[in-house]
Amino acid sequence: MLSDYAPLLLLLALAAAFVVGNLVISEVLGRPKPGVGKKTVYECGMPIRGTARARFSVHYYLLALLFILFDVEAAFLLPWAAHAEELGKAGLVAMGGFAVVLVVGLLYVMRKKALEWDR
Amino acid sequence: MSASLALSLWLQSARLQQQTGAALGSTTAPDSNWTLDLLEWVRTSWLSTKLAGLAGMDQAPALPTWAAAAIGAGIAVGIVIGFVSVVAMFSIWLERRVAGRIQSRIGPNRVGPFGLLQSLADGVKLLLKEDIIPSGADRKLFVLAPALVMASALAMFAAVPMADGAGFTDINLGVLFIVGISALATIGVIMAGWSSNNKWALYGAMREAAQVVSYEVPLGISLLVPVIVGGTLELGAASRLQSGWGGSCWFLFQNPFVLPAFVLYFIAALAENKRAPFDLPESESELVAGFHTEYSGIRFSFFFLEEYAAMFLMSAVGTALFLGGWNFPGIDLLKGGWLIAAQLAVFVVKSMFLVLLMIWIRWTLPRMRVDQVMVMGYKYLTPLSLICVVGASVWEVWAAVPFHERPIWMQLFTPVLVFGVCAVLGAMLRKQAIESAAQPTTRSRIAPRAHAAAH
Repeated sequence: MLSDYAPLLLLLALAAAFVVGNLVISEVLGRPKPGVGKKTVYECGMPIRGTARARFSVHYYLLALLFILFDVEAAFLLPWAAHAEELGKAGLVAMGGFAVVLVVGLLYVMRKKALEWDR
Repeated sequence: MSASLALSLWLQSARLQQQTGAALGSTTAPDSNWTLDLLEWVRTSWLSTKLAGLAGMDQAPALPTWAAAAIGAGIAVGIVIGFVSVVAMFSIWLERRVAGRIQSRIGPNRVGPFGLLQSLADGVKLLLKEDIIPSGADRKLFVLAPALVMASALAMFAAVPMADGAGFTDINLGVLFIVGISALATIGVIMAGWSSNNKWALYGAMREAAQVVSYEVPLGISLLVPVIVGGTLELGAASRLQSGWGGSCWFLFQNPFVLPAFVLYFIAALAENKRAPFDLPESESELVAGFHTEYSGIRFSFFFLEEYAAMFLMSAVGTALFLGGWNFPGIDLLKGGWLIAAQLAVFVVKSMFLVLLMIWIRWTLPRMRVDQVMVMGYKYLTPLSLICVVGASVWEVWAAVPFHERPIWMQLFTPVLVFGVCAVLGAMLRKQAIESAAQPTTRSRIAPRAHAAAH
């Protein structure tokens, strides 16, 4: 039922209030004494070299793509899982076919060495 | 406007819960809204009556319904926030004490009995600290990130029923809600890493993103196994389904595939919470402190608190879906408030045991290599958890009837299997431990205490 979720909204709002309240208390109690040295980012105590908006390995994107595939799978499996017993053999066969396609996909990804990190 | 809407929805939900509770009979929650009961109890209590007598009334006036609902909701939210903070601070204390024990030192033992108030003292100190925003940081994201992380940690607890009918709210998609909200914390972590304008923080955030993304899959799929066994996504209903056999008919003992799924879930939960041996996003020997390198003061404490709150939450979900929730042998003998208190205690103790296990693992195992961590989720955990789902569903469909109507051998098969596996594994580990203890000691094998005494 959708109305069960109303308290959650309230909780989220009050959680945000809790966070903001703590920040305000900290702002009042902690005496800010800013300085140039204090505000520089920490990089092992050495002067900073280059920008922090760096590029990173393409592998991360590959993992994200795979995640979208398999998370959609999990999302499809969820409603079936909650009614697996009632749906019986027919549901099992249908979901089995769906899962097999994804397992084949996973095997293909492994064969293509997409999961070898240091390739 | 929206607040009044939320309140009317809250009231409606309480009423609907009562109706469905009456319709579904004994398997559902006791039909009461405990916060309203609490308010009524306060209103009719001795002190309230006395105060009303001073004002010339014979009893304290009943609050308007909307006000009672608002105060009730406020109490409930306050309890949730307080509970999360206390649990997280206790877990931090536990971690430091266990770490001390494992490393042959003492750990915090000065502030309060056994050092229990150490975390509180640390929190107060962090509150008093200056809050630094580094130059070049994306200020909006930098400020928003810890708030998002903390809010998600608090919101996750809303769907966890700690005792029968005493949860904050029991939503019918509890499993999905918790998995979704825990992903919100990840967004906060990525925001923190990106906005810090620090290379270490950025690397930590990228690792966090990739890691959470690759362990979310086995986590979600291994959670399907208890969902298949119980046939519900509601954590409270799942716990109620495990109350048979005098409170020991846990999902763990209802289907032979729940035990491997639980192990997979636990490993994936470790990785999701960036706990050792998967703590690469904040591995201090490579990345200083990872994504929260640039955070100080109260903002840092939000990240810290969230980590331990999330540990407890993952353990609580594991408890509710695998380890019988609040059920424990003999708990049915209690009645009323004692029953609720005992259920709460059982639930918290079970969850804290899993938290202890996480802490124990952290201080025992070395950190894994980054490439191993990144691909382990897809390469091993995902196929294994899929096998568990297939096995569990085939078992359930083959059995075809609810658990308590199955033939007796089928009911007994799983507990015997579980205890057998545990006994064999335990015996193997014991043998290995005895053998390794019998080997001539190398330098690294000398117990720290003996080592220290030798010098």
